[in-house]
Amino acid sequence: MNPFRPPIRPVPLLLTLVALLFLLGFLALPLAIVFAGALQQGIKHYLAAISDPMALAAIRLTLLAAAIAVPLNVIFGLAAAWAIGKFRFPGRQLLITLIDLPFSVSPVVSGMVYILVFGMQGWLGGWLAARGVQVIFAVPGIVLATLFVTLPLVARELIPLMESQGTEEEEAALTLGASGWQTFRRVTLPNVRQGLLYGVILCTARAMGEFGAVSVVSGHIRGLTNTLTLHVEILYNEYQSAAAFAVASLLALLAVVPLVVKAILSRHEH
Amino acid sequence: MRRFRFRRHSLLPGFGPALGYTLLYLGLLVLLPLGGAVLKAAGLSWADFWRLVSGPRAAAAFRLSFLAAFGAALINAVFGFIAAWVLVRYTFPGRRFIDALVDLPFALPTSVAGIALTALFSRNGWIGALLEPLGIRVAFTPLGVLVALVFIGLPFTIRTVQPVIADLDREAELAAASLGASAWQTFRRITLPAVLPAVLTGFALAFARGIGEYGSVIFISGNLPLRTEIVPLLIVTRLEQYDYAGATALAVAMLALSFVMLLTINSLQAWSRRRR
Repeated sequence: MNPFRPPIRPVPLLLTLVALLFLLGFLALPLAIVFAGALQQGIKHYLAAISDPMALAAIRLTLLAAAIAVPLNVIFGLAAAWAIGKFRFPGRQLLITLIDLPFSVSPVVSGMVYILVFGMQGWLGGWLAARGVQVIFAVPGIVLATLFVTLPLVARELIPLMESQGTEEEEAALTLGASGWQTFRRVTLPNVRQGLLYGVILCTARAMGEFGAVSVVSGHIRGLTNTLTLHVEILYNEYQSAAAFAVASLLALLAVVPLVVKAILSRHEH
Repeated sequence: MRRFRFRRHSLLPGFGPALGYTLLYLGLLVLLPLGGAVLKAAGLSWADFWRLVSGPRAAAAFRLSFLAAFGAALINAVFGFIAAWVLVRYTFPGRRFIDALVDLPFALPTSVAGIALTALFSRNGWIGALLEPLGIRVAFTPLGVLVALVFIGLPFTIRTVQPVIADLDREAELAAASLGASAWQTFRRITLPAVLPAVLTGFALAFARGIGEYGSVIFISGNLPLRTEIVPLLIVTRLEQYDYAGATALAVAMLALSFVMLLTINSLQAWSRRRR
């Protein structure tokens, strides 16, 4: 026997098979069945389902919520990462934990706290209603819930990045006479652009894909407070399975974008 | 005499506005509403609170949420560890693709995951049809809740364990092997102690996520009170019946649980960093 040829080892083979079975069974199959379900009644039915007026209204609302939530959370993420990543102060670690808080709260509870504040029985609900402003079971509530659940995403990408890059380059720019704003725009931002891009993509995908929190505050009024994820639920509960999967396939495509971007970014690293 | 400084000296400008904005935004969006919910619950007497979270329906929901999240986290700890090991140490065709796919449960909307898993595991679904002759029913049983939570928690162990395995000192393994340790002994004495904190962190993260999960579970569970009803669903049911006191009591119990999990995860991560 050739002593240089590695022997066939049964343990790695077995482990690889177990891992592949587990990963493909729990990841690839659910993704595949979304598209199979979407096309079960043919492409015509598929196109009809995603161009239905209610579906289009849901797409519009979903885009609106993301268009508000993403820029606000990007500004927050940049500010938080600048303060936490570039400076040392007491309570820093606590602040990071607080920023992560929306991740550890059940989505249902996230939506519910806004009902307790802005609902008719809530702290501000009566006062706002008297002035004709409705938050809960209306678009503002959906935007607030989306803001809440996507709040950590950009900050959490940027904080470790800014921290690991230190402050030397910024200090050099400042000593050479750049203003604080110039330094941030010309030195800091370009250095974190990959993390920022990934954070924005992740934040957008999550903003468009949030279900639990939005479901609680939405009231499910069709054409008015129905987002794409809620539209999937309504169609499915009405036994319109093919239409539900058709709308779901749009969301699944959206969810695949961050995965692809991350794979490309990590390929560049190596 | 040196003046007291809140933060360590730095040349960089903009600390005040950046921190101020961070605190304001976080305060308005997260801390005030959460604090409001806790205050609302504080209006309940202790006896009322206890009655609302320990009635038969609530107790059954807590038991199911807790057991399913624990079981799913355990399954993910074992298989996630194997998967992380395989993804880091072995090469096989399609590895990059599968590695990218691991984040899917983070990105896929939970209602989409919910209907996909239900279709997969229903009696005539791709997997459900295989299990039916064995007498195993997944959809609309407590087992369905478990399956949904395994899906939701899958990335946590893999993503916490992967970097630790990649950083492992292979020389220590080779040294152990050359000193006559068997593969199993090397694994148990060298590899496992190094990876264990990360596995536990992943377990805790998956458990915390599983306890609060809503969207992916409600489709596959069937939502039968006392049998397949999870706590977040019971909160929604009570909200829909305008039973705000009942919903708040459950939510505060969940918040307390999340807080404990957050502390546990933070100390596990600190332990994990010290070990590395």
